[in-house]
Amino acid sequence: MKILVPVKRVIDYNVRIRVKPDHSGVETANVKMSMNPFDEIAVEEAVRLKEKGKATEVVAVSIGPAQAQDTLRTAMAIGADRALQILADGDIEPLAVAKILKAVAGREAPQMVILGKQAIDDDSAQTGQMLAALLGWPQATFASTVEITEDRVLVTREVDGGHQTLELTLPAVVTTDLRLNEPRYASLPNIMKAKKKPLESLPVAEFGVDTSPRLTLVKVEEPSVRQAGKRVQSVAELVDKLRNEAKVI
Amino acid sequence: MPTYKAPLDHYRFLINEVFDVAQLARLPGMEDFGPDVISSVLEEAARLAEHEIQPLNLPGDAEGCRYENGTVTTPKGFKQAYDRLCGGGWTGLTAETRYGGQGLPHVAGTAFEEMMSSANMAFGMFPGLSQGAYRAILNHGTDDQKDLYLPMLASGVWSGTMCLTESQCGTDLGLIRTKAIPAEDGSFRITGSKIFISAGEHDLTENIIHLVLAKLPDAPSGVKGISLFVVPKFMPVPNGNAWKAGTRNGVRCGSIEHKMGIKASPTCVINFDEATGWLVGEPHKGMRAMFTMMNAARLGVAMQGLGAAEVAYQNALTYANDRLQGRALKGPAAPAKPADPIIVHPDVRRTLLTIKAFTEGARALSVWVGMQLDIMHANPDPHAKQEAEDLLALMTPVLKAYFTDAGFESANMAMQVYGGHGYIHEWGMEQFVRDARITQIYEGANGIQALDLVGRKLPQNTGRLLRRFFHPVQQFCESNAADPTLAEFVVPVAKALGKLQYATVTVAQKGMANPDEAGAASSDYLRLFALVAMGYMWARMAKGATEKRPQAGERAPFSPARLRTARFFMARVLPEAEMRFRQVMAGGKSMMDMPADEFAA
Repeated sequence: MKILVPVKRVIDYNVRIRVKPDHSGVETANVKMSMNPFDEIAVEEAVRLKEKGKATEVVAVSIGPAQAQDTLRTAMAIGADRALQILADGDIEPLAVAKILKAVAGREAPQMVILGKQAIDDDSAQTGQMLAALLGWPQATFASTVEITEDRVLVTREVDGGHQTLELTLPAVVTTDLRLNEPRYASLPNIMKAKKKPLESLPVAEFGVDTSPRLTLVKVEEPSVRQAGKRVQSVAELVDKLRNEAKVI
Repeated sequence: MPTYKAPLDHYRFLINEVFDVAQLARLPGMEDFGPDVISSVLEEAARLAEHEIQPLNLPGDAEGCRYENGTVTTPKGFKQAYDRLCGGGWTGLTAETRYGGQGLPHVAGTAFEEMMSSANMAFGMFPGLSQGAYRAILNHGTDDQKDLYLPMLASGVWSGTMCLTESQCGTDLGLIRTKAIPAEDGSFRITGSKIFISAGEHDLTENIIHLVLAKLPDAPSGVKGISLFVVPKFMPVPNGNAWKAGTRNGVRCGSIEHKMGIKASPTCVINFDEATGWLVGEPHKGMRAMFTMMNAARLGVAMQGLGAAEVAYQNALTYANDRLQGRALKGPAAPAKPADPIIVHPDVRRTLLTIKAFTEGARALSVWVGMQLDIMHANPDPHAKQEAEDLLALMTPVLKAYFTDAGFESANMAMQVYGGHGYIHEWGMEQFVRDARITQIYEGANGIQALDLVGRKLPQNTGRLLRRFFHPVQQFCESNAADPTLAEFVVPVAKALGKLQYATVTVAQKGMANPDEAGAASSDYLRLFALVAMGYMWARMAKGATEKRPQAGERAPFSPARLRTARFFMARVLPEAEMRFRQVMAGGKSMMDMPADEFAA
C-alpha cells in the first residue's frame, strides 16, 4: 500500500508572529520556517504504518517555493521514502492545493492520503475535505487513531461528545489531530539518508490547475491587547458587571 | 525555570557568511557534508537539546547522583535521555563510519557540544568522556582494541572515562603510583586508586571502559615512565557481531564527591584491585596518548564555558526585558507601565553586551578552530595538514582558558542581572555559575594552560605555531584596511595584534633568561592573545555581515545587531588588551621579590 503525505512549509510554531506594517499579511522575511506540526504527525503516522508492515511506500509532497525542499527533506528524515516538490510561488488556496493533490493522486495512485487537519498559518482546515470530495473517496478528519485492516481503515475521531470511530474503504483521505502520535526525533543516520532519497521537482504548470486566488485578503491585524483584569468585591458586583458591562449574561 | 534555544541562526551565519565551511565537503571522505547538511543536523540536535536534555538540568542539579554500595544512580530522566541520544546516533556524531559512527565534521561536533553544555552540562559529561576514550584508542590502540571498543563507544552502548588523577598528583602526573604488572597472557594487572573520575560509575550504560595511566615495574621515574591501559568494568565477551559485558573486573567505585556544581555528573573514586587491563600504545609512552585525550577534551571544556555563558545570557536577556523596576535615567521609556524594563539602563546593557560579544566571538573562534580539526584529519596535502595541526595546538590552551574564564564571568554577570532572584535556585542562574566554575579547573587548570601556551607552544619549532595565527590575522587586516566600512573594526585589531607581537618577543626574550618571567607573564599573555583572536573574529563577522552574497537565499544574512555588537566589542572589550599588554610588560619582579613568609605578613 502506498501512502501519500502532503506537507506544508509554514512559520515555525515557536515564532512570535508579526503583522506587516501595511496590514497585507504577516512578516515571513527572516522568520524561521518549519513543517506544519499537523503534517509532521501525518508523516509520523504514515512511517509507523510502514514500519508495522501495513504500508509499502510513503511519498511526501509539498506545494510551494523552492525552499519547501527543506520541509520535504525533514519528511524523509522521519522516514518518507521519496518526495515530490511542486514549485509554486505566491498564495495557493486550499481549493487549488486540493486540485493539485488530486492530480498527484492520479499519478501516484496511493491507497491513502494522510495530511494535517489544518495548517497553522492560515488555519483553513479545508484541504483534506476538498481533496476527498474531488477524488470521490471517503474521508475521516481529525484522526486520533488510525488502524488498517485488509482493505479498510478504522479511524477514531475526537468529537465534542467523545470518540467516534469510522470505518472507511480504501482508498481514503485521513486528516490528523494533535493526539494521533508524537513525532520522533530524526536520527542522524536518517538525516544523512534523507539527503540521498529521491526528490522530484515539477513546476505547478504541469498540473493544469488554475491556482489564482478566489479570495481577496482585505486586511490582517494583530489581535487586540488583552485588558488588565479587575478585582470585584462581591458576587452581586460580578453578576452586575457580566450583565451590564460585558453583556454576556 | 530557565529556558534555552540553541543559537542556530548564529551557526548558520558563521557557516554561510563568515567561514568557508563548504571547503570541508571538498575533502576526501567528507563529500556528503556540505553546509546544508551541517545545518539540518544542527537543527535536529537543537530539538533534542531544547526538549529532552534541557528540562532535566535544574531537577538533575537538585537531585544529584546517589552512591550506594559501589553503584551510582543518576538523576531521574537521565537514562531515558541518554538512550534517546544513542538511538539517534548522536554519541557517534564525529566518530569514524567504519566504527559505526556518523563521520560528521568536527565543526558539527563542537556545535553539538555547545548545545549539550548549554542544555545540561552535567549530562553532557557522559558522552563527552566517551569521546576522549574513543580518540585515545583510535589513535593509539591496536587494531583488535579498535575493533572491540570503538563501535561500542561510538554507539554509546558502552561509555568511557579518563583515569589520570590520584590523590597525590593532579597536574604532575609523574607522581602517579598505580601499578601495572604484566601477566602471562599479555594482559596486565592494574592496582591503584584514582580520584576525580567523571562518569567513573553510573547506571546509563552496561559497561564502562576506563583509560588508566599506570606504571610498569621497569618504568623510569617521572612522566617518562607512564603507560596507558584500557580497563573495562566488565570483561568484554563476543556477542554475534558485537560485544557484551561479561564477568566483573576488579574495578570498584569507592565513593562520589560532594561538590559545588555539575551535581548530576558523578565524580568518582575508582579503585583498581588487580584489575585486568591491556596496554594502549607503547610502554612508557602513555603521556603522548593521554594528550590525545586531553586535547580533544580541552576543546570540549572550552565549549562548556561558552555553553554556560550562552544559556545564562538568554535567560538574563529575557529577565531584563520582563523585569519592571524604576525608570530610565532620561525619563520613562514605557510610561503606560508601572515601571520601565531594566534593559533601559546603561549598566544592564553593558552587562548583556559584554556577554553577547563574548559568546558570539567565541562561537566564531570555535568554528574556525573546529575546521582545523577537520582539515587535519581529512586533508591529504601534508602541508595543509601540518598548518591545521599547528594552529590547533596553538589555539587549544587559548580557547580552554579564555572560554572558561570568560564563560564563568559571563554566567556570573548574567546572574547579576537577576538581582536577588539570581541567587535563588529555582531561577536556575546560580546553577549556571556553579556549573561553569569547574571548567576553569579541570582538564588542566587555566594557569597550566597559560604555561602550556608560553612554555611549550610559543617556542615550538622556533615560533612556527605562532606564525600560523599571526599571518592570517595580519593578512586580513592588510587586505581590508582600505575598506571604509571595515576600517572601524580592522584598525583596532591591527593595533592589538601589534601589541601582542611585541609582547610575544618580550616574553620569549625575558623567559629565555629567566623562566619565572615567562611564568609571571603567562596568564595575562594568554588573555591578550585571546582578545586579539576575538577581535579578528569580530572583524571577520563584521565583514560577513556587510558583504552582499547572491546565493544567500531568502534569509537576509545581514543583521544590524551583528555590527552593533562588533562595535561594542571594539569599544568596550578589546581595550582590555591594552591593560593585559601593560601587565605582561611589567614583568615578574613585583611578584617574585616577595619572600614566601611575607605573604602572611
